[in-house]
Amino acid sequence: MGAHSCRTAKLAAPVLLAVFSLVTPAFAANSEISAADTAWMIVATALVLMMTIPGLALFYSGMVRKKNVLGTMAQSLAAVALISILWVAFGYSLVFVGDGRWLGSLDRWFLSGLTMDSVNPAAKTIPEGLFMLYQMTFAIITVALVAGSVADRMRFSAYLLFSIGWFTFVYVPLAHWVWGGGFLAAAGVLDFAGGLVVHLSAGAGGLVAAMVVGRRRGYGTENLSPFDLSLAVIGTGLLWVGWFGFNGGSALAANSRAVMAITATHLAACAGALTWGAIEWSIQRKPSVLGIITGAVAGLGTITPASGFVAPWHGILIGVIAGGVCFWACTWLKRRFNYDDSLDVFGVHGVGGMTGIFATGVFATAGIGGASGLLEGNPHLLLTQLYGVAVTLGWSVVATYILLKLIDLFVPIRVSMQQELEGLDISQHGEALQ
Amino acid sequence: MKLVVAIIKPFKLDEVRQALTAIGVHGMTVTEVKGYGRQKGHTEIYRGAEYVVNFLPKLRIEIAVASDIADKAVEVITSSARTGQIGDGKIFVTPIDHALRIRTGETDSDAL
Repeated sequence: MGAHSCRTAKLAAPVLLAVFSLVTPAFAANSEISAADTAWMIVATALVLMMTIPGLALFYSGMVRKKNVLGTMAQSLAAVALISILWVAFGYSLVFVGDGRWLGSLDRWFLSGLTMDSVNPAAKTIPEGLFMLYQMTFAIITVALVAGSVADRMRFSAYLLFSIGWFTFVYVPLAHWVWGGGFLAAAGVLDFAGGLVVHLSAGAGGLVAAMVVGRRRGYGTENLSPFDLSLAVIGTGLLWVGWFGFNGGSALAANSRAVMAITATHLAACAGALTWGAIEWSIQRKPSVLGIITGAVAGLGTITPASGFVAPWHGILIGVIAGGVCFWACTWLKRRFNYDDSLDVFGVHGVGGMTGIFATGVFATAGIGGASGLLEGNPHLLLTQLYGVAVTLGWSVVATYILLKLIDLFVPIRVSMQQELEGLDISQHGEALQ
Repeated sequence: MKLVVAIIKPFKLDEVRQALTAIGVHGMTVTEVKGYGRQKGHTEIYRGAEYVVNFLPKLRIEIAVASDIADKAVEVITSSARTGQIGDGKIFVTPIDHALRIRTGETDSDAL
């Protein structure tokens, strides 16, 4: 009886499969793909792209002077257009295909071999094309972030060359080391959504760029106040919401870990905003809108590597720490060393990313992300995280410096004094806000 | 004919306009201007960077009136624009040599 039914089942199985595949061929062709995960990751991809355009474009351009608003938006726009093509050409393949210690492979050069059915081993429940697109949006925003350090004074042609070079020599290797199976991943460095790969790399690169390009004309003497902070507030809102896709999507699935990441992310943004505002209130007598939005972004940047590893209430703590540490970096530290990191890419993203990486080492909770930090009795993780910070900081600083010096041999990276006075809008793009 | 030029606080415009309308002044030109007087400027702080803003936003209103109501106009502008705080603004009165309405060609008091 048992043997008979077993034989029947054996016979029935191919018949059923054949019928099934006739009805839903796409599903049968690759049954591992999860519709839920795919739907969420499509949304998350759109959210992260929205962070750059218009999120970051508005956030940044609201903080520059009126004569540089379009020039600043052009930098975000250019990053989207340029990096997307480079990502497809070689970035994706070098970061996420092949598990070399230092770099991936060129097997997916111009997406060759990426098909309707292929998946990346890092995200087996969504189509490979979607994983590729999602990760593309991270590369885009990282490159776009750097521009804030040299706002108001970088030549557009030099910016384009810089973006190509920085993406290729800073972002691609770092992303592979941390996320693509490189040596930092092998060492156990934890970076859920980009504390090292996105924020520290952009912040450190930005700091170097600000120093190489030099301070803005009139820095410390003239009024360089923002053109329209209401744009920056709208930008912050878009970044904030987009960050749900940035951190939540980094779970690469529609699951509880994504929800935990989003919860910690939102709470960190709230705590960062409140903390920065409170500090200003106590020492400057008024909580500024710029301070509140900067605190929110600091909280978001700082929770980025930790989200997905920590509990929601840790998000609040991390946001408070972010507000305090980043405020100190944007005010005291910047004045002490007298560099003109114009839109505080280092002070907010660099310092925030670094802080978040250490916070991950402290607060990582096994029940959330499968790793334990200091609070759960694993001090070793903190050392591992320190290793990640040292490598990222060192690589980004050295590579960015060499890159800028090389570019400067061919194109002056800074606009002329006359062009700087006129503004980037008219001098670089032939347009102006009236 | 007199040209009355008043520099006022921006949020006082509606009150001034209503007061002038009530005494029969039916035309006004308003310009957004910046300037300073005794009020001096204020300090703005952006992420720790302090900027002293010397020029404050004001409105400059211009009305052309018959000489006999110029004093009345000055009086109602004064009362409607005053807050008692420093920075309430100033009023200047100058004579008008000649006036002309472009559409009809009417001149002087007919043109007001």
